[in-house]
Amino acid sequence: MAEITLQDIIQPENLVYEKSKLLTEKPFHYCPGCGHGTVHRIIAEVLEELGVDDRTIGVSPVGCAVMAYDYFDVDFVEAAHGRAPACATGIKRVWPDKVVFSYQGDGDLAAIGTCETIHTCNRGENITMIFVNNGIYGMTGGQMAPTTLVGMKTATTPYGRMPQWPDGTPNNGFPLQITQLLAQLPGTRYVTRQAVFSAAAVRNCKKAIKKAFQNQIENKNGVNFVEIVSNCNSNWKMSAVDANKWLQDNMLPVYPLGDLKDNFELIKK
Amino acid sequence: MAKFRGAIVVDIERCKGCGVCITACPCKVIELAKEVNGKGYNYAFMANPEACIGCASCGITCPDGVIKVYKKAL
Ligand SMILES: Cc1ncc(C[n+]2csc(CCOP(=O)(O)OP(=O)(O)O)c2C)c(N)n1
Ligand code: SF4
Ligand code: SF4
Ligand code: SF4
Ligand SMILES: [Mg+2]
Repeated sequence: MAEITLQDIIQPENLVYEKSKLLTEKPFHYCPGCGHGTVHRIIAEVLEELGVDDRTIGVSPVGCAVMAYDYFDVDFVEAAHGRAPACATGIKRVWPDKVVFSYQGDGDLAAIGTCETIHTCNRGENITMIFVNNGIYGMTGGQMAPTTLVGMKTATTPYGRMPQWPDGTPNNGFPLQITQLLAQLPGTRYVTRQAVFSAAAVRNCKKAIKKAFQNQIENKNGVNFVEIVSNCNSNWKMSAVDANKWLQDNMLPVYPLGDLKDNFELIKK
Repeated sequence: MAKFRGAIVVDIERCKGCGVCITACPCKVIELAKEVNGKGYNYAFMANPEACIGCASCGITCPDGVIKVYKKAL
């Protein structure tokens, strides 16, 4: 048998993976290795596979993903800081047949936008919410977020986040378990926590995001909420590969992966 | 002998040299080049092409979606 060459393999009929056609040709502005890019890719693949790109409207946040609208070949609105779920609510109520999703970081969703997040989930809007939790304000240079881990050094907690002073008086508070909190609300249908640091994590995350969109398409109510525990290698001040390792060792014990709620039922751990 | 051979094509000018694909590859196929692309990044390339099985782990974890994966049955 003749030796097989790379040329034989690299043929259109042998193609098994390429990025979704729903992503525009514009290169992501994200730092090398940033999980935002991976999450964008997954969303685009899911929308393409579901064939709903012509009736999808995304709502981008304020944060590193502010310009998400540049990267998807679907309609988009850019909301004021923290207001993406309120904006998505309005769009979905006016156009119930559209597939509507919000995309937010942890500062956007769990700090300035906590009010909109909680009330959107409590109203049980029929939307998909994507929440990228990197435990920090990435865009503005790495300040503490409500989700920052205890002991984690940020620009505003240079000695590490300290929930209380040694004498017990309040200081920086505790990592906000926003996803757990939202799972308690009767308006959330599907609540899950995922990640994108490995191929296996990406596969699971894609299944979850697909389900979060399918639920919206098949039903009339109930928020479908997907948290993605992600990295911010630039502000964590490590390489992308080290950040993905650090994430597994430090973020996942506090933010464990898996479904928290399915079909309005809390999942007993 | 392996039943499949794979190959990847990296869009060199869009690669950011983050190395995430290297960690993702179960077969140690990928390394970062000593040379840099137009943006100054050491880009990913198939250093060990015979080892590629076309599993696409690299493609689906690359944050920038710059890898195309091919797979051919032998
Ligand atoms: C009303 C308002 N307040 C504050 C800011 C500054 N600001 C921009 S992005 C951001 C936080 C972003 O963090 P996060 O949502 O976690 O997104 P990341 O960049 O980490 O993905 C802040 C505080 C702003 N743009 N507008
Ligand atoms: S600052 Fe952090 S969140 Fe923003 S693009 Fe860079 S790595 Fe990603
Ligand atoms: S993961 Fe993508 S961007 Fe990063 S080094 Fe590999 S090919 Fe380049
Ligand atoms: S397709 Fe699989 S074996 Fe080939 S380079 Fe990518 S991860 Fe490695
Ligand atoms: Mg953040």
